[in-house]
Amino acid sequence: MMKKLVAFAALLVAVLSKEDFRGHQVFRIVPKDDVQLALVRVMEDILDLELDFWSWVTPVDVRVPSHSLQVVKSYMERHSIKYFTMIKDLQALLDEERRQMKSAAPAGNTDSFDYTNYHTLSQIYSFQDMLVVENPKLVSKTVIGHSVEGRPLNVLKFSTGGSNRPAIWIDTGIHAREWVTQASGIVFAKKILTEYGTDSVLTEILNRMDIFLEMVVNPDGYHFTHTNNRMWRKNRKQNEDSSCVGVDLNRNWNAGFGGRGSSNNPCTETYHGTRAHSEPEVKSIVKFVRSHGNIKAFISIHSYSQMLLYPYGYTRNPAKDQAELDQVAQKAVTALASLYGTNYRYGSIIKTIYQSSGGSIDWTYKKGIKYSYTFELRDTGHFGFILPANQIVPTANETWLALKVIMDHTLKNPY
Amino acid sequence: MGLRRAIVLFALMEVTWSLSVTTIGPETVSTDASAHPEPAEENTEQKEAAEEDVMATGELNPNHYPAQRAAKVVQHYLNLRHGSPYKLFGLKEVHSGNAEEVADSGRKYQLEISVHEIISNTKEKCSAEVFFPSGAKQLSPQVQVSSCEEILKLDAKSEEEALYQQYKTNKTVCTEKRLPDSYGHVDPEMTPFWHLSIVASSFIMLKESTENTLYNMAQVANITQLATENDQLKFDCHVLLHDMVSQEIPQWKLLFTWSPAEGVKVLHTEQLPHIHQSEKQAKPN
Repeated sequence: MMKKLVAFAALLVAVLSKEDFRGHQVFRIVPKDDVQLALVRVMEDILDLELDFWSWVTPVDVRVPSHSLQVVKSYMERHSIKYFTMIKDLQALLDEERRQMKSAAPAGNTDSFDYTNYHTLSQIYSFQDMLVVENPKLVSKTVIGHSVEGRPLNVLKFSTGGSNRPAIWIDTGIHAREWVTQASGIVFAKKILTEYGTDSVLTEILNRMDIFLEMVVNPDGYHFTHTNNRMWRKNRKQNEDSSCVGVDLNRNWNAGFGGRGSSNNPCTETYHGTRAHSEPEVKSIVKFVRSHGNIKAFISIHSYSQMLLYPYGYTRNPAKDQAELDQVAQKAVTALASLYGTNYRYGSIIKTIYQSSGGSIDWTYKKGIKYSYTFELRDTGHFGFILPANQIVPTANETWLALKVIMDHTLKNPY
Repeated sequence: MGLRRAIVLFALMEVTWSLSVTTIGPETVSTDASAHPEPAEENTEQKEAAEEDVMATGELNPNHYPAQRAAKVVQHYLNLRHGSPYKLFGLKEVHSGNAEEVADSGRKYQLEISVHEIISNTKEKCSAEVFFPSGAKQLSPQVQVSSCEEILKLDAKSEEEALYQQYKTNKTVCTEKRLPDSYGHVDPEMTPFWHLSIVASSFIMLKESTENTLYNMAQVANITQLATENDQLKFDCHVLLHDMVSQEIPQWKLLFTWSPAEGVKVLHTEQLPHIHQSEKQAKPN
C-alpha cells in the first residue's frame, strides 16, 4: 500500500514540476464520524495550508507541507481527531526510491556509474571492463586465477609504463560480508585515474610505481551474500568430511598457519582450511606476489572497526620495522581523520584487535614486503557490516587519503 | 617365550604409535614446494603463542583490545538500563584503563571512557568499573558507571510518549524486513524499532560478554508486536549478533516489553542453532 502511494506521488512529481518535498509529511487521518470528517474537509478550503489530499475515503491521507504542519496538528488535536504520521519526510522517501531505481539500471560508462550504491559481482566486473576500455593506456586487467566455483579472480594494473616497476598491492573483499570494502575498491580505481595528472602525490607515485588492485578477492562469497546470506564471510569451499562450507581466506596464509587465532573446525567462521594456501583465492595471490617479485607495499582492506593495523597477528613478537610502521600508521590515520573527523586506532594486529594466525599481511611481511598493512574501515559497530550506502563514498574518500600516505612513504623510502 | 615376544612386540608398537602421533601436526606440514626455512621458525613461534594466555594487568593501553572489550560491556549496560527507541549509546573512546585480579573470583577493570548518545550526537566522559567473574559457570559481568549523569538525563520523553501512544492501541509493528536491509537502509518508520531491538539485544550482549568477546548487534531478522500487556508494549524479535573475536553470528530470539516509564524489560531469550549445519548436503560416499 505504502509503495503504491509513494509510486503515485513520484509519478505526480515527475508529471508536474521539479517540486521539493523536503520536510513534507503525509498524515493518515481517522475521523470517527461525519462531524469529524466535515471538520477535516474544512482544512481543504484553507488554500494557504496547501494541503494535498490523496484520498477521501476513510482513512484520509493528506500531504502536509512543512509550513502547515503545526497548524494542522493543533487543529486536529483541538478537535480530538485521531491521526498518524505515515511518512515523516516525503522527499527522503522519494530520494531513496529514486536511488533504488537508479541502481537497478546498468551504467554505460564509469562516469555514470553509481558509486554511492552497493553493486552485484557482475556489475563490479562490468565496471572493471569499462574502466579498461576507457583508459587503455593506464589500466589493464589480468586474471590471476579462479575461485572455488570457477569465477575469474581479476586484478587491475595501473601503470604508466616501465618494466616490472616497484609496485603497490591493494585488495578489498577478502571477506564477503564486508561490503564497504569492495565498494571502496571501485572508488579507489576511479580515483587513481581521475587523480593522475591532477593530484601531485598520486601522479608522482604512478609515474614511478605500479598499483595493483584486486577488488573482489572472494567472488563466490560475495555472490553468496547477495543471493543467500548477507552475513557470509568465508569462501565457498565444500569442506571434505563436513557439512559445513567455507574457509576463512584470511587464516589460510602461511604465517603461523593453524595456530591460535584460527580454527580447525570447518563449521566456524575462522576455519583455516586443510593447509596453508589450500584455497585458490589465496594461492593465486601468493603466486602473483612471488612471480612479480617487486611488490613494496601490500594493503589488505577489511571492515569494520576503524583501525589501521600492521604485523603481526599470529605472534606478540614485534615486527622488526615496528617503529617505522607505527609512525607511518599514525600519519595515515591523521590524514584519514582530516576529512570527516573519523577516528581510527592503530597498532599491531595482535595487540589492537586480536590474535589471528595465517593472515595475509603476516605472510607478505615475512616475505620481505615491509609496508604491509590491514585496514578495518567504518564503522565501530552501530551498523557494522551493513554500512548504509550513503557512507560508501565518504569512507572511500577518507581511506584514500590514508592510502596515499602509505604509498607516498613507500615511494620515498625504497628498499 | 611367546608371551615375552608378544610383550616386546606390543611395546614396540606402542612406541611406533606414539612416534607417528607426534609427527602429525599443522606446524610441520610443509605446504608449498618453494617454501624454505619457514617451517623451522614456525615451531618456536608456536611456543610463544602459548604464553599469550596471560591476561593484561595493571595500566592498560587504551587503544589495545583488553580495555576496548571491557569498555564495550559498559556500552551494553548503558543501553540496557537507559536506552530507548530515541536514545542509544555508543562507545566513543577509551581514555585510560586499569585491570587487576580479584583474588580467586575474577578480574576487575577500571576505565575512563567517552560515551556518545548516537541520536542527539552528544558526548560525555564517564568512569566505569567492569568485573568479569571467573569460574566454570559463565556468570555475566558486573558494571558500575559514575560521573555520566548528563548524557543519561537526555530527554527524549515526548518522542517516546508519542510512539508509545501510537503503538499502544492503534498501530502494530510486524515486519519480516530485515533492519537494516542488506544496503544499510532502515525505513524511517521502523527506525525506533531497530533502536529498541538494539536495546533489547544489549541484555544478551551484556550477559554473554567476557574478556574474550566483543559484541555488536548485526541485524534484526524480524520484529513483531504482540498484544499490549500491563500498559507495556510487547515485542517478539529475532536478532543476529556479531562477536568480533570469534567472528561468529549468534542468533537469538527475544521477548521483551517497553514503555517510556519502565524502559526495556526482557522476558525471555532463546539462542537459535548455528546455521552452518544446514549449508550443504552430506557428500555421498
